[in-house]
Amino acid sequence: MTDRGSYQPLTYFQLMEVSLRELLVEKGVVTDAQVDETLEDMRRRGPERGARVVARAWTDPEFRKRLLADGTAACEELGLDVPALRLVVVESTPEVHNVIVCTLCSCYPRMLLGLPPDWYKSRNYRSRVVREPRIVLAELGLEVPGDVQIRVHDSTAEMRYMVLPLRPPGTGGWSEERLASIVTRDCMIGVAVPEVTR
Amino acid sequence: MDVERKFRPGERVRVMKAYPLGHVRTPYYVRGCTGTIERLCGAFPNPEELAQMRDGLPARPLYRVRFLHRDLWPGYGGDPADVVEVEIFQHWLEAA
Repeated sequence: MTDRGSYQPLTYFQLMEVSLRELLVEKGVVTDAQVDETLEDMRRRGPERGARVVARAWTDPEFRKRLLADGTAACEELGLDVPALRLVVVESTPEVHNVIVCTLCSCYPRMLLGLPPDWYKSRNYRSRVVREPRIVLAELGLEVPGDVQIRVHDSTAEMRYMVLPLRPPGTGGWSEERLASIVTRDCMIGVAVPEVTR
Repeated sequence: MDVERKFRPGERVRVMKAYPLGHVRTPYYVRGCTGTIERLCGAFPNPEELAQMRDGLPARPLYRVRFLHRDLWPGYGGDPADVVEVEIFQHWLEAA
């Protein structure tokens, strides 16, 4: 007898996914190869794309202006295709800290940050960050000083948001690559700030 | 032709306090609340119609509306200047 390993029955949603996919392939709407390619493409996209955008904005003031005026066009300038993404980049300053959420579902700038973390999709984060942002941020390890305004961005409809974090001190003269290395996914969601490790 | 836009950045608006069934992109927590137009995002097909397999046209103006947390949540404990910005379609807004 063949060893089947430890068999786990499919969950409801896994079964739905398999059934729908097989039907679409059978009816010639998509091919297996197209499905594989799309999945591969999703896996390839990660937060390093967004980090590149941030590093360029930190080093090129003109690019920064264009990015804040029209996020989608500025990303295309860097050769990042952002299909179906109307991007609004919100800039954190010494006076304002930005954080993004989607209270209705889990809208997220996937084209620049890849797949969202599980906590971003959790009811806990989605319902509480619009109600008590300072407490939620503190739980995630970020204490925002009392005199810094918090701006929560709820992506409820057509736009997607990305935070342009404040460039930390001690990074003067750094290359774009080195700057990008300190811009994590969480910095671009707004639940962390870039840190210079000594 | 898109629906004509009624509001400009800086204007005060109130979100309708209505609870229709269906696919609505206006979160409950801002319904009936007053905020300020931050910017116009553009004009987009109405998602409430799209969800019913209709074309959602004419496209409707979509705004980003800025609310003070303390106007949304009684007894908000953070900085009184803290805000939340939400995208809201024009047909959910009235001048305040």
